[in-house]
Amino acid sequence: MCTYALEVERVRKTFTRKERVPRPAGKRTLFKHTKKEEVIALKDIDLYVPKGEAFGVLGPNGSGKSTLIRLASTLLLPDSGSLRIFGHDVEHDATAVKRLINRVSVDAAFFKKFSPIENLMYAARLYGMAPVEAKKKMRAIMTRLGLKESTFTQPMEHMSRGMQQKVAVARGFLTSPILLLLDEPTTGLDPHSKRDVQAFIREIRETENATVLLTTHDMEEADRLCDRIAIIDDGRIVALDDPEGLKARVPPKNGEKTTMEDVFIALTGRTFADAEAAKEVGA
Amino acid sequence: MKSTAMIREIRGAYAFVERNINLIKRYWGWELVWLIYSLTNALAITYIGNGMGAITGQIIDTQAVVKYLLVGALIWQYLSVIFYAISEMIAWERWEGTIEYTFMAPVSRPTHLVGTTLFAIGYGVIRTLTILVIVSAFFRLDLSDANILGAVLMLLAGSVSFVGLGIWAAVLPLLYPERGAQMTNAVAAILLLISGVYYPIETLPQWLHPIARCSPATYVIQGMRSCLLDGVETRTLLPTIGLLLGIGLAVITIGLVIFGRVETYAKRAGRLKRSG
Repeated sequence: MCTYALEVERVRKTFTRKERVPRPAGKRTLFKHTKKEEVIALKDIDLYVPKGEAFGVLGPNGSGKSTLIRLASTLLLPDSGSLRIFGHDVEHDATAVKRLINRVSVDAAFFKKFSPIENLMYAARLYGMAPVEAKKKMRAIMTRLGLKESTFTQPMEHMSRGMQQKVAVARGFLTSPILLLLDEPTTGLDPHSKRDVQAFIREIRETENATVLLTTHDMEEADRLCDRIAIIDDGRIVALDDPEGLKARVPPKNGEKTTMEDVFIALTGRTFADAEAAKEVGA
Repeated sequence: MKSTAMIREIRGAYAFVERNINLIKRYWGWELVWLIYSLTNALAITYIGNGMGAITGQIIDTQAVVKYLLVGALIWQYLSVIFYAISEMIAWERWEGTIEYTFMAPVSRPTHLVGTTLFAIGYGVIRTLTILVIVSAFFRLDLSDANILGAVLMLLAGSVSFVGLGIWAAVLPLLYPERGAQMTNAVAAILLLISGVYYPIETLPQWLHPIARCSPATYVIQGMRSCLLDGVETRTLLPTIGLLLGIGLAVITIGLVIFGRVETYAKRAGRLKRSG
């Protein structure tokens, strides 16, 4: 009997990207000069998430959070190491894994001319759901997330970013996954929509006993939603504890409560903004 | 247990049929433009036959040339619809950015293919019949000697091969997020050139003959002309139908193996992410 929803063992993931390099001085060439560069997204990480836990992965853009979610979603394969979901290997037993998971990502990707109902019905059929059950459930979730009935049949392209993201959340929860992979689900949402989505995640955890793997760069969100948090920087996990445990590692300054940002600075020696800027210039 | 799995697969396959029908409904303007393009293309090609006498200044059986060209145009129309519908099964997901969600769903690639193929055949038949009805208003078509049953069997057998070729072409948008879909046009153009759609393959340079004989479209079009223009009996067509089914099964099997390998490569290299 497997006690872990997610087991990540010594996982390494490297991407190769082509970089354009300047033409050699005085030389005229027909083709652009490029060189291949290896980018290590995850550096031999280990992670164990027990069933029913809400586990947060907190880190700046480019730290490897989304790569971890994509690996768990069977959308990427690791270079080395292994990932298991409820005991099923994501590489060799992908179909079993796919039946247990669903994912909400930062980009609400949909058929833009389709309505929410049409998009969600497409997803429901792909997961083998009966249409009657699917329709009832999708309407209930969208209503719970604060979407108006009149928007259910409107093209997605006419909806705001916040509304589209709520439909994306509905798609993620529609198939009743027992492991929910939430990749920055509230990034770019207005405060009201953010609260709606966060409340729904908490509610689903309580009612369906689902395990949640949440990546975010929103310190407050991680603090509010997660039982344990791993801080990831440059493809490595630099700390892992419950929110209070992490905060206890950093003494309060000027009598103010320690925040997750203080923890990140103390552990990595830089702010989130610095870490993201460094990633952008390829440092 | 088995029946539950079967129902799940049927629902999965139907997801692609319904999605494609919805795409046609939402992009109906584009469908109309595409239909007009195909129709005018078929008419323009067929009018070449009508004008052969005037072009050469000789007495020519233009009715025979018109029928020859029209059968080629219509069959190519149908086969290319099958080819593009299958090859676009990945391209659409790239354009809309939904590829990761479809690949993450617990639906097998053969189920994905079955759904797309069912849609493609239905769509191809309706579209080709629409063009045939309109074109019939422009030309006097006497198909009284045609072997319709043989033609239908030949077309179905030919569809199998084109499903397989579509799978091969579908690999391109998986490998090349930005330009893969456009590359499939080159594959279709080569098939059009070598398969004797508008002329006998003997017209081609000698070195192209062996290549032409490798194209399943060559046999479908020759077989269709035999049925529709010469009224050849179905029994006589059976070896060609068998050959087409054999080629089709081989092409589909190899296509699925290639697709599986390329999908694994795309997952290793992180190629599913970019939406193109």
